[in-house]
Amino acid sequence: MKTRKLMLGNEAIAQGLAENGCRVATSYPGTPASEILPALADLKNETGVPAHVQWAVNEKVAFEIAYAASITGLRSAVSMKQVGLNVASDPLMSAAYMGTRGGFVIISADDPGPHSSQTEQDSRLMAMMAKIPVLDPDSPAQAKDMTALAYDISETFQIPVMLRPTTRVCHSRQDIQAGPVPLADAKADFKKDPTRWAATPKFRYQLHKQLETKLNDIAEFEKTAPVRLNPEVVSSKAVVTSGVCAAYVREVMQDSGLMEKISLYQVLQPYPLHLRFMEELVQHHEDVLVIEETDPVIEMQLADRHRVKGKLNGVVPGVGELLPERILEIIGGFAGVEVPSVRLPDVPGRRPTLCAGCPHRASFFAIKRAVPKGIYTGDIGCYTLGLNLGAVDTVLCMGAAISQAAGFYHAYKDQPDPPDVVATIGDSTFFHAGIPALVDAVVQNVRFVLVILDNSTTAMTGNQPTPASGIGACGESLTTVDIDAVVRGCGVRFCREADPYQLDALTGLLKEAVSYARENGPAVIISKHPCLIHRRGAARDVVSVPVAVTDACDGCGYCIRHFECPALVLKGDSGRVTIDPMACSQCGVCIHVCPKHALIEQKNN
Amino acid sequence: MNTLKQQIIISGVGGQGVLFVTRVMAEAAIAKGLPVFTSETHGMAQRGGTVVSHLKIGTFASPMIRPYQADGMISLKAENIAIHGSYVKPGGWVVVNSEHDVETDLDVTICRIDADGLAQSSGQARSANLIVLGFALARISRQAADAGHRFFCDVEDIRSVLEAQLSRKKPMLDASVRAIETGYNQGINKEGVCDGLYTV
Ligand code: SF4
Ligand code: SF4
Repeated sequence: MKTRKLMLGNEAIAQGLAENGCRVATSYPGTPASEILPALADLKNETGVPAHVQWAVNEKVAFEIAYAASITGLRSAVSMKQVGLNVASDPLMSAAYMGTRGGFVIISADDPGPHSSQTEQDSRLMAMMAKIPVLDPDSPAQAKDMTALAYDISETFQIPVMLRPTTRVCHSRQDIQAGPVPLADAKADFKKDPTRWAATPKFRYQLHKQLETKLNDIAEFEKTAPVRLNPEVVSSKAVVTSGVCAAYVREVMQDSGLMEKISLYQVLQPYPLHLRFMEELVQHHEDVLVIEETDPVIEMQLADRHRVKGKLNGVVPGVGELLPERILEIIGGFAGVEVPSVRLPDVPGRRPTLCAGCPHRASFFAIKRAVPKGIYTGDIGCYTLGLNLGAVDTVLCMGAAISQAAGFYHAYKDQPDPPDVVATIGDSTFFHAGIPALVDAVVQNVRFVLVILDNSTTAMTGNQPTPASGIGACGESLTTVDIDAVVRGCGVRFCREADPYQLDALTGLLKEAVSYARENGPAVIISKHPCLIHRRGAARDVVSVPVAVTDACDGCGYCIRHFECPALVLKGDSGRVTIDPMACSQCGVCIHVCPKHALIEQKNN
Repeated sequence: MNTLKQQIIISGVGGQGVLFVTRVMAEAAIAKGLPVFTSETHGMAQRGGTVVSHLKIGTFASPMIRPYQADGMISLKAENIAIHGSYVKPGGWVVVNSEHDVETDLDVTICRIDADGLAQSSGQARSANLIVLGFALARISRQAADAGHRFFCDVEDIRSVLEAQLSRKKPMLDASVRAIETGYNQGINKEGVCDGLYTV
């Protein structure tokens, strides 16, 4: 047996990109896509392949960098999560018109469920809207194979191609055969052609016509035609599926003996759907069941509706993840056979919470203490969990903490006694989408306080660097951008830094910021302390403050409710809080939290 | 040999090392030339929330285990038996990290070890996950042998995976091997508490 490697779906995609000669790869981190770029960076460092691999400041910027590389003739790729594709949707729509030269793959990872996202949106619909082909892998192994296919289509038709894995593909591991990574230099060679690369509306009309022609041809491209998985079966019924659902369907149909009874087709390219396939379905089958995640993309393209069952007529749920047990029930119903209906009991698990010792918890506690009646606009990252502490009232999308704060200010400003507005945003998110919103707030003189929760990393998605880190995806050193200078450059005159572990000092500063903002306009506090997870393993240059619980604790639960540190435990009716030594990070912040001063620093004994 | 099929649920809360345990077992399967599929939790849930991973050894099409299909479950938190225990098939096994006995209506054999306690008393607070794994290896292989088949890996396989993975981090390797052995010896010495069929 050849050596097979255990690879995460995202690592398999990176392997596929490298094996197929990708020379420029960009990304902005987002679960479930975050591991693609680091895996590619590792491959670059291991093999020395001459590729440019970088984290960009946001998805639009990432897209435009990779796309430019493609029009010089290099193979390139950009990766992001589905919500990130929204940010990149502007260049996406235009790039589809202008097309590509070197193969260009857009990887947009969807999150049915959703496990860690604001939406369950289906990137395949974005591909349809942009009019580009999209491939839907069922496993890490197929995701890797599809990168080759994507480059093939992209270069054959000069069109961007989307690869759309979902969480269960990105975050599965499978044993995969790695192939060689070609190391030869590829030459960038941009051929000026303003009618194409800078096309004015008159030419865009021509480009649109060309795009429609390409799509028709792609709908006949042999290599992406749907696959008939059990060609020997003759049946009036057929199941059509794609993505990870295809893996589930295969397994449940095999286990329940339906593989010998019902025709099964796997669609590799949900858009554009192959025309010949649509005809074949109608000719050979009376009854068609379509199973796909999340939206009815394949289903909508099947014109002869009266034989099709799926999401549009409620046979398949249109919301949420399609788990294999649910698929078994649906297929059983479709086949008219009895299948066991099994569901997991609906027992709520533990809700996620900020780590013990997370600096954000201290920041939120200080905010609530300094501005108890404020409106708190929040943003996307670990610190969204400030929700648990009652310190986050809104979460819309990246950067919206600042623009929503402005919206609240404008909505209330003519009322007597308008509420104070405190916005929180992480450092990476600030660079991603906060700066334009802050510029707008300065110009409009929005009277609010912005707390930039600066933990010097992108923690939520696995600690990728930020523009302030001075380090690149492959570990190379980069120039840094200073948050304080950016804030001042945006025109903010009140900008101060504090360490959230110094709870009292931060609380005082927040009060000062609020009174400044009420009179003068935006005030910014950079609440700076490194993320614990990021720091772990590195030399610990921090003082640890071991905490003891004294008899003064009466078990009132205030610290549990308002501070919610997982290391503080109030069990049953023991009457007193205990500190879980496995969880405690010895940050010592809770000492300032207990109103009865029952938590004290433990002097060394 | 390749007809072997095993499905295992590994469950815990964020920060306990569910993914690490899954990874080590999956690597052991690969080292034996067995096909392997895992599905894991990333993102929000990992911040102290409930985390579960599915491990499938043998030829499977999909990464997910259906309810009542798993051969067994490794539970790094007692409360997770209520949440994920129903993945285990009737007659299957559950190895749980718990200080106290665990009540359940499920038709499963429960083997319990106080890995948190052992980890703390041996001064390796973060190695409870590997202690549970070591204990599980001792118990499951015995149960598998009694049922007339083989568990896909043994403690030696896990040791070689750790050696390969942590070769450049000697102190971590030593601590990990010690944790695996601590758990394994508990399982062998019958000091861990085992409910149901295998009560000691
Ligand atoms: S990972 Fe870092 S930022 Fe996120 S909750 Fe933990 S300590 Fe806080
Ligand atoms: S430590 Fe203080 S706040 Fe927490 S339960 Fe005891 S008395 Fe209440």
